[in-house]
Amino acid sequence: MKTKSNNIFQDMALWRRALRDALYKMDPREQRRNVVMFIVWIGAALVTCTLLRHATAFNIQITLWLWFTVLFANWAEALAEGRGKAQADALRKTRSKTVAHRMNGDKIETVPAADLRAGDMVVCEAGDVIPADGEVVEGIATVDESAITGESAPVIRESGGDRSAVTGGTRVISDRIEVRVTSQPGHSFLDRMIALIESAKRQKTPNEIALSVVLISLTVLFILVVATLPAFARYSELAANQPGASVTSIAVLVSLLVCLMPTTIGGLLSAIGIGGMDQMMRNNVLAMSGRAVEAAGDVDVMLLDKTGTITLGNRMATAFIPVSGIEESALADVAQLASLADETPEGRSIAILAKERYGLRGREVAAPHARFVQFSARTRMSGVDFVDSEGKVTCSIRKGAAEAMRQYVEKMGGLYPTTVAAAVEQISRSGGTPIVVADCGRILGIVHLKDVVKGGIRERFAKLRKMGIRTIMITGDNPLTAAAIAAEAGVDDFMAEAKPEDKLDLIRKEQAKGHLVAMIGDGTNDSPALAQSDVGVAMHSGTQAAREAGNMVDLDSNPTKLLEIVEIGKQILMTRGALTTFSFANDVAKYFAILPAMFSTLYAVRGGPGPLSKLNVMHLHSPESAILSAVVFNALIIVSLIPLALKGVKYRPIGASALLIRNMVIYGLGGLIAPFIGIKLVDMLLVALGLV
Amino acid sequence: MKIMDIVQISLYFGILGILTLLLGSYIFRVLGKDRQGALDSFSRMDNAILRLVVGGRGTYEMTWKEYAFSLLVFNGIGFFALVLLQLFQAGLPLNPQKLPDVPFWLAFNTAVSFMTNTNWQAYSGEAVMSYLTQMLGLCVQNFLSAATGMGVLLALARGLKRQSAKTVGNFWVDVTRTTLYVLLPLSIILAVLLVSQGVVQSLAPYATVKTVEGGSQVIPLGPAASQIAIKQLGTNGGGFFGVNSAHPFENPTPFSNFLEMLAILLIPAVSVYMFGLMVGSRRHGACLFAAMLAILLAGFIVAWWSETRVNPMIGSPCWMEGKEIRFGVMNSVLWGCVTTGASNGSVNAMHDSMSPLTGMIPMCNMMMGEIIFGGVGTGLYTMILYVILTVFLTGIMVGRTPEYLGKKIEAREMIWAIIGILLPSAVILVGSAMACLLPAARSSVANGGPHGLSEILYAFTSATENNGSAFTGLNANTVFYNLALSVAMLIGRFGVIIPVLAIAGLLVSKKAAPPSSGTFPTTGVAFVFVLIGVILIVGALTFVPPLFLGPVVEHGLMLRGITF
Repeated sequence: MKTKSNNIFQDMALWRRALRDALYKMDPREQRRNVVMFIVWIGAALVTCTLLRHATAFNIQITLWLWFTVLFANWAEALAEGRGKAQADALRKTRSKTVAHRMNGDKIETVPAADLRAGDMVVCEAGDVIPADGEVVEGIATVDESAITGESAPVIRESGGDRSAVTGGTRVISDRIEVRVTSQPGHSFLDRMIALIESAKRQKTPNEIALSVVLISLTVLFILVVATLPAFARYSELAANQPGASVTSIAVLVSLLVCLMPTTIGGLLSAIGIGGMDQMMRNNVLAMSGRAVEAAGDVDVMLLDKTGTITLGNRMATAFIPVSGIEESALADVAQLASLADETPEGRSIAILAKERYGLRGREVAAPHARFVQFSARTRMSGVDFVDSEGKVTCSIRKGAAEAMRQYVEKMGGLYPTTVAAAVEQISRSGGTPIVVADCGRILGIVHLKDVVKGGIRERFAKLRKMGIRTIMITGDNPLTAAAIAAEAGVDDFMAEAKPEDKLDLIRKEQAKGHLVAMIGDGTNDSPALAQSDVGVAMHSGTQAAREAGNMVDLDSNPTKLLEIVEIGKQILMTRGALTTFSFANDVAKYFAILPAMFSTLYAVRGGPGPLSKLNVMHLHSPESAILSAVVFNALIIVSLIPLALKGVKYRPIGASALLIRNMVIYGLGGLIAPFIGIKLVDMLLVALGLV
Repeated sequence: MKIMDIVQISLYFGILGILTLLLGSYIFRVLGKDRQGALDSFSRMDNAILRLVVGGRGTYEMTWKEYAFSLLVFNGIGFFALVLLQLFQAGLPLNPQKLPDVPFWLAFNTAVSFMTNTNWQAYSGEAVMSYLTQMLGLCVQNFLSAATGMGVLLALARGLKRQSAKTVGNFWVDVTRTTLYVLLPLSIILAVLLVSQGVVQSLAPYATVKTVEGGSQVIPLGPAASQIAIKQLGTNGGGFFGVNSAHPFENPTPFSNFLEMLAILLIPAVSVYMFGLMVGSRRHGACLFAAMLAILLAGFIVAWWSETRVNPMIGSPCWMEGKEIRFGVMNSVLWGCVTTGASNGSVNAMHDSMSPLTGMIPMCNMMMGEIIFGGVGTGLYTMILYVILTVFLTGIMVGRTPEYLGKKIEAREMIWAIIGILLPSAVILVGSAMACLLPAARSSVANGGPHGLSEILYAFTSATENNGSAFTGLNANTVFYNLALSVAMLIGRFGVIIPVLAIAGLLVSKKAAPPSSGTFPTTGVAFVFVLIGVILIVGALTFVPPLFLGPVVEHGLMLRGITF
């Protein structure tokens, strides 16, 4: 998807297609789903009917602009849906053409992918499209998942472990895997994805429903305001003894109603929701429901695994600490030797550090002279033995855990210096892992291994804190180590020595306190916790079970993606709030445009203007131009806010109060002032064009 | 003159503030502490009374529906008792003036009016109601309608405070305690103070005296002081005499005027403090108080300005028509703002005679939903509906699904809140529009031009918002107005109470989420401003057209020298 996500606003074809769809949406059966705009539709229809009797230029223009108002709102919605439709079409194409090689005993038969059932075994070789979601049970392969993720770099899928899930519709690039199908036809990941993209508009989220309640109620109230106005007008005409002094034709009343109604937010509401889902998708996150996206904005506790999320996957050597009398470079040299055959990331990192610090290159220490001693859980040491030609060990280099090394050195008759013990203690306390290095039974020093916190993660946590989100690190480490890493990474809290089931308990505990909890997980043992959390983001690279349990799937498998998810969740809400405020703030100016126009001559003395014409503060040209300008402005504002609705109001982690004041100034105060200027400009333009 | 006015205003709000603090903890102790049915020394007395009145099950915890049902039953009984009392007063004792039975529609209207704490009066007390009706009927309802409002507020506060519960308290307990520990003691103190100023308290027949000119004059008397105390304290406002607090036997001196003005706002203001304590956020209470006070003062300043500027017709800044010399302009305007801010409705000057814009302010005060301190209980619980609307807006504007005091505000809460806010507005609009169209209703109007429209609009606003003050000038004792205004009062009262109780019931079952830095706090200056903005926009947007055609046009005409 990423590959296709060039700027929506440059894509003219999309705009044109949306315009065509917008016309289809004028069908009252379609229109009925959006109550606010349906009332505008009815109003426009009503005014159209009056044209039969009073087809004045003014009435015709009002009618046209009322229909435009509806059309523009439909356009916004169609535009938002447009991208999703294009994506769904592309995905559907991949699905339809696939064939599967099903294993039937020893034979392999070719069947259409649609015939596969859960439990079937299929074989996929290089070049095959994987026919269904499943789990690799045999083999390892590189898979191109760009159809789903848009990421062109292939990924590795192998049996066992947490990278065993494959998705239907992706392509095997190399090797051969046997896959057990896990989804029933029609319920695959791809199917769900298509359904999600297409149905984005259908289910309203709880907050959308609540907002709709407000908008519809206020619309009903405005209908009453407008419906009772002729009564007050009649009374005033009688009282002023000026029958017909007020303009209360159907066209004018409908214009007033449409201008007062929250058409800006009403017309853009569904576009905002779809736009949000679309933004998620552009961030390569697949949300299973709009509800989940909305909940993401509310998350206030976030659980993160330490490994892979906060720290780079493995511990790295960061310092050589020699005992007194030993050069640091000598220690580095020996440590590197001891690590040459050590293919673990920790071992490699020692070699690399030695190279970086002292330019020590890895040397060839070949078999006859040296014998590598692999790490074993029993000895908890590894190293190398140098042997002479008779095979007798001349010298051995060892590195390993402090306690093991103490025993080793003491057995060899050497000394375990107290300074080393002290340094070991200190490193442990700081959360690092000390690796003691000995050469021929003599302790040379310590290599300090530690978890390396990912670059920039601290800033991200600081940002989360400003957003009001508490981060909790989950790790299997001992509390000491955990505390040190937590402090370094800047997380708010940590859970040490955590077993998988502890995660679930922690989530339940936080939820019981009223928190909304988000977590990211990939392993099968994460699934209960993913299911329990309010926002559970499963890595796409994770197991099928994890993907089923979460309510979002991160196609990039990037654990810090939660930050973006939360931001988008907040953006959707904020955009709704901003446009609602803007919509209602606009009404003040519209009253000042329309009411003086309606009652300009009421209570007028000796043919002069009536007292209410004084309230024509914008000095609009004439009553007709005033009303028309308000309607035109109202319609145009919908179009001009489409980009904002689709992109969303930018979230800034500056604290709730500051954010509110900022948004209130822009959309509240702005919404109060903008229409005064806008309506005046439209009025000047209409006059200049001679339309009124 | 001006300096004295300002001294008086400062004194008024200063003492109000001090009394709020002093009484706040007391009222919290006797009403607000959530005992959840547990007994303590305080409840021994009310329990004894409750056992007597409603039987042994007196103090069980109620769900919101049970609470609402009890409330409706209780009000229904009060209504019928009051109707009957009026319909048969001629044959009942304590009727020294031999006043006849009250006509049915007037009795109906009056019963609705006193049950709903509106105290709209389509009659003159001294000419229509016997002492027994006043004491046993109207005065009792003065207490009970206020206690009912307080009960609803207590239920709402419990709904906000309790976690994952089902019940919101017991209606009978709330009403009993409010009456026994708050309304009665304060009324007794105030009544005694008022008597000291010359308010009458007598069961003797009306006095007939010879005037200086040699003619004779009947001077109405009655048990007024006791009723006036609760009339002001319970934000009722129904006068013992026809001209209400402008009458020298109701409000004889500037001091009694000061006391009564204090009494009007006292309990509503104290309830805000109590609410803060009940929901565990004194600062939130202070913010609500600040918002109320700010709107009240803003309205007052506009009204005062308009009332003291030079009258273009007579070329001097003197608007004494309809005012009492002993109170003067400032005290009349302040009273007008206070009585309409609180849903009291007693008047010490005729709002009808004030300048057009001054007359508009009381109307606006009521149109906003009687939330400027408002009625006993009612003011704050209606305010909470606006708060819910505000937190909904501020919540989504900072990117969080809305919550109030930690409790999530979702579609169902919003439906009820919106009904509670908008239903009264709808009733005012539809009612006034109907009156404008019906010739029979139009003929009740005394003044021509836009002023007549103001009279109609004021009547429906006052009734719907359960204020009860009259613009005067409108003859409301007709079948149309008696009936239409009764319907308006009923919807305005129970159309808000039911939604509020429903919200209490919905919220009580929820768990409060702890606040985070992503939550917009309901305790800051920003919150106060947004709340005021929401109140003004929602209140104003609805009523701009009729206000334009009423007071605003009248103001424009007045500037051109045309009055009505």
